[in-house]
Amino acid sequence: MANPLKGEVIRLYKNLLYLGREYPKGSVYFRERLKSAFMKNKDVTDPEQIKKLVARGDFVIKELEALYFLRKYRAIKKRYYEPEE
Amino acid sequence: MSGRVLVGVKRVIDYAVKIRVKPDNSGVVTDGVKHSMNPFCEIAVEEAVKLKEKKLIKEVVAVSCGPQQSQETIRTALAMGADRGIHVEVAGKDYETLGPLQVSKIMAALAKKEDAQLLILGKQAIDDDCNQTGQMTAALLDWPQGTFASEVSLDGDKVKVVREIDGGLETIKISTPAVLTADLRLNTPRYATLPNIMKAKKKKIANVKPADLGVDLTSRLEVLKVEEPPQREAGVKVETVEDLVGKLKETGRI
Repeated sequence: MANPLKGEVIRLYKNLLYLGREYPKGSVYFRERLKSAFMKNKDVTDPEQIKKLVARGDFVIKELEALYFLRKYRAIKKRYYEPEE
Repeated sequence: MSGRVLVGVKRVIDYAVKIRVKPDNSGVVTDGVKHSMNPFCEIAVEEAVKLKEKKLIKEVVAVSCGPQQSQETIRTALAMGADRGIHVEVAGKDYETLGPLQVSKIMAALAKKEDAQLLILGKQAIDDDCNQTGQMTAALLDWPQGTFASEVSLDGDKVKVVREIDGGLETIKISTPAVLTADLRLNTPRYATLPNIMKAKKKKIANVKPADLGVDLTSRLEVLKVEEPPQREAGVKVETVEDLVGKLKETGRI
């Protein structure tokens, strides 16, 4: 794997793993799928390809943050506020 | 004005956890249960950090009262953008009886000590649902309060607050220093990602004891019993309208 990008990939993996702790289906479920998703691409050597995959990973991070926010917002709204007409 | 904003954050049982009552009905099971920052406190921290990013205030200080684990909650606030933290150590029996009255006394003492321009709190905690700390603190300090804030804007030494009230929205203008409590629609709290948490490790958390602030933690309340809500009884299905009327008459409803 190209050296500078190795750091990027590891950083991405750690960040996703951290986010996975709050995953609704459980952190174990998340970690298994995270690992297999990364392993599937372990033989990619083209730096452009790697950059694209890392960008996709960053996109997943944003999706997870949005998921967690919406889930929390909807739960709190349902518990504390009157349903709108 | 000092340009310093104090934000109170509370460590509560995570909102997504299924709460279980202890078999002796003395309280709720907390051992080994996932805890996190109170959602309304997250919104309060976000608002303070936003004000700093807009350069309207200079420093955000996160405060939490509780045992050692409260430091994790302060760390989350630091990861969201607070500059430093203050951990007011309250443990054991004192922590079990810690309520809005004691916390508001602590917050008032700290607000004076730190010369705060604003004190922002969540409107209520999802564990005790008191909705009192902000109001009590404002009263102790004799500061104006903007509670249930869904919109906050600074205007010189005044604050314009749009409040969510039963009839709709109320806009008020109050002078600083003031106490604000955050409502759900105030903002969208940012997630404390791993890189932010790592950066926040360099930020300082000061340790303070309630006695140092001259606060007496004695509670005037005693929890007698904690129970689960009554189980919903199963419904009864009927075949015809006549059956329905008959059943209603039977149970004395009509």
